[in-house]
Amino acid sequence: MRYLTDRKRAEGRGPSHTGAHHHWSMTLSSAGLAFLVPVWLYIFGKTLGQGREDVLDTFSRPFPAIVTGLVLVIGMRHFAMGATTMLEDYTRGTTRKLAVIFVVSLAWVIGATGIFALLKIVL
Amino acid sequence: MTAPKRVERPLSPYMLGQYYRLQMTSVSSVLTRITGHALVAGVLLAVWWLLAAAIGDSQFALANAVATSWFGDLVFTGSLWAVWYHYLAGLRHLYYDAGRGLDIRTAERLGWICIAGSVVLTVITILLVQ
Repeated sequence: MRYLTDRKRAEGRGPSHTGAHHHWSMTLSSAGLAFLVPVWLYIFGKTLGQGREDVLDTFSRPFPAIVTGLVLVIGMRHFAMGATTMLEDYTRGTTRKLAVIFVVSLAWVIGATGIFALLKIVL
Repeated sequence: MTAPKRVERPLSPYMLGQYYRLQMTSVSSVLTRITGHALVAGVLLAVWWLLAAAIGDSQFALANAVATSWFGDLVFTGSLWAVWYHYLAGLRHLYYDAGRGLDIRTAERLGWICIAGSVVLTVITILLVQ
């Protein structure tokens, strides 16, 4: 009889040494984005092309602001993890490390910039 | 003491086009990756536009001029198609993960649905937000 579960055996394995956790995180974020992205596309599409006052008015309302915040945080995590997987597939060694650091940092910078803009508009 | 043996582990070989004929399953899979990464262009433009709106009139005038120019239209329309393609392919991924749709006929049909569906959803979105 084997006492280890399938999940336990997968832990620490794979090229990223994180086992099934990466895959599960991508599943979670994709499920969240499946609801958020269509709503956000509508809000953004409707607002793009309007004057600054109307843009500020839209994004200072709770619903558009919360949806935009969620899309930024979850979307940028989803991007960072997906880009990391691609780099793990096609690069190795120092190149891989530098490239992973770059895409993860880029995702955080974009996310932080967007959140800063939202806060400035809302508050 | 024996020195630890360095193992040259293989990278994922890039097979598409060189060793494997292009098929709907492989092409629609790599398109998911391409669209996902290309989306960063649209996100950058959108976040710059939002930041400019938050900061001031002159900054917004510049960002809005770029975002609503032919260049902005090109980036945002391309990103819209990319996000819908990535969206449908992501749903397909969840469906595959559940162990369904993996027979060849269904898998090929799902690929065509992703491509046709993304174009339809792009057009619908553009009409909706006009």
